[in-house]
Amino acid sequence: MLTFVFYLLFLLIFVVFAVYAERKTAAFIQNRLGPMEVGPKGILQTLADLLKMLQKEDIKADAVDKLPFLLAPFIVFTAIFAGFSVLPLNANVAGSSISGGLFLLLAIISLDVLGIVMAGWASNNKYSLYGAMRSVAQIISYEVPIGLSVLCVVLITGTLDLQEMSIQQAGNGFLSWNIISHPVLLIPLLIFFIAALAESNRTPFDLPESESELVAGYHTEYSGFRWGIFMLSEYGMMLLLSIVITVLFFGGWNSPIPSFGSLMFYDWTSGMYWGTFWLLSKSLMLVFVQMWVRWTLPRLRVDQLMSLSWKYLTPLSLLMLFVCGIWKLWLVS
Amino acid sequence: MSYFANISYALRTTRKGLALTLKYFFSARFRRNKKSVAAANYFDGEKGTFTVQYPKEEIPVPDNGRYKLHNEIDDCIVCDKCAKICPVDCIDIEPIRAVEEYGKTSDGTSLRIHAAKFDIDMAKCCFCGLCTVVCPTECLTMTDEFDYSTSNILDHNFSFGKMTEKEIAEKRSEFDEFQAKKEMAKGDSESKKIKPIVQKNTGAKPVFKPRPIPKRK
Repeated sequence: MLTFVFYLLFLLIFVVFAVYAERKTAAFIQNRLGPMEVGPKGILQTLADLLKMLQKEDIKADAVDKLPFLLAPFIVFTAIFAGFSVLPLNANVAGSSISGGLFLLLAIISLDVLGIVMAGWASNNKYSLYGAMRSVAQIISYEVPIGLSVLCVVLITGTLDLQEMSIQQAGNGFLSWNIISHPVLLIPLLIFFIAALAESNRTPFDLPESESELVAGYHTEYSGFRWGIFMLSEYGMMLLLSIVITVLFFGGWNSPIPSFGSLMFYDWTSGMYWGTFWLLSKSLMLVFVQMWVRWTLPRLRVDQLMSLSWKYLTPLSLLMLFVCGIWKLWLVS
Repeated sequence: MSYFANISYALRTTRKGLALTLKYFFSARFRRNKKSVAAANYFDGEKGTFTVQYPKEEIPVPDNGRYKLHNEIDDCIVCDKCAKICPVDCIDIEPIRAVEEYGKTSDGTSLRIHAAKFDIDMAKCCFCGLCTVVCPTECLTMTDEFDYSTSNILDHNFSFGKMTEKEIAEKRSEFDEFQAKKEMAKGDSESKKIKPIVQKNTGAKPVFKPRPIPKRK
């Protein structure tokens, strides 16, 4: 219950600053300044945009299918926010204690496809429909490598509970992280990261909402608050997947600083608030990486997207599953 | 490309691309200097963000740039040369002859004509700079001010004349009296030699029609 309240509030604040960070990152990479006018260095720009967005009319075109159209953004957001329920926050606050937490998370966040299809279909608009179709094809394809790469981690850690995984990675700073102590996980990490980008519909996999071809994809017809909910979901997905990557590979809420002899850095930087701090700062680093990738790589073509998933990531993750199995056997023996 | 070559190509190019954008990201802590194009080191310091936040900061314009005209009316002898040379007739001068030399310009030229009106219509100006070249007292110059856009085109007509209506009327009547006296002294027969000063048409200006310019003697 505590994680629910915390993550809901954190998500709202995160979105405001992530939009700002995204625009600044884009600007810096492109030799620009980004928002500079509202507040010092433009820090309040998103708040101003938010105010404007909330005042906008909730437009419902005549030809839309009313009920699914109105419901879709909330289904997308609910599906994604439900994923937060199993995330741990620190050593004492664990979120929902379901033994199959990780698979619940993967299952429930793929339900956002439903909302996207509803939005695209109900909009009664070719761009929205194209966007929705692409999104469904993409998310369903990338479920496979994402599931398989998560399975690699599950195979090695032997648990599906995210809190249990974090506890396993406790001990000696970054040295006990999964990615360091089990180097075979490097490739599953890459696969997971690529697939996570595709799952959250972010560049270079932003075909469902590619501005240059589909106006805005499945949310073309939306305005005001409902559109805001879609944006919230998109950034929520970014944060969620970053936290999952942190827990799976980068030690969750564990401090990254190892102890040296009597210098107990690890113990000094552990604790309830430290744990939350480490978890969120690692995740925000990964969010930055997602933004960085966004402004580096151009969008894939639809056929490239499919071939990347089915011809490259899926076979590779199957192979990695095999390799991780051997690694585990070697560790056990 | 083969399957594995594809993978290695993708990894190499992605790594390179990410390194490049990260370099740019960190170089954003620098800002390019707002140097004039005339500066010797204009092409140095290519690093950093490029944006000039215009109304707050601007790149200095070159000294010999041609922007808004300015007339230092105290130094103007109202010779009308600028109005004559102007290819687009954007300078409108209404002179009143003074009865005697009423002052000197800063370079010592005598002032003999009052400028009842000295208007420059920057909306018409073609920024050739000829008027500043012919100006004998160098009172007409091009300044570095380039941002004077207005929502009303009439606001682009800048008047430099400082005389009030009252002063104009005074000087005019003064000259007319002087003229009348002169005529009285010389007698009616000779009075026609001195032409009264022709008032320029102050109503709507005629539409500009391109025409061959007659050769000046």
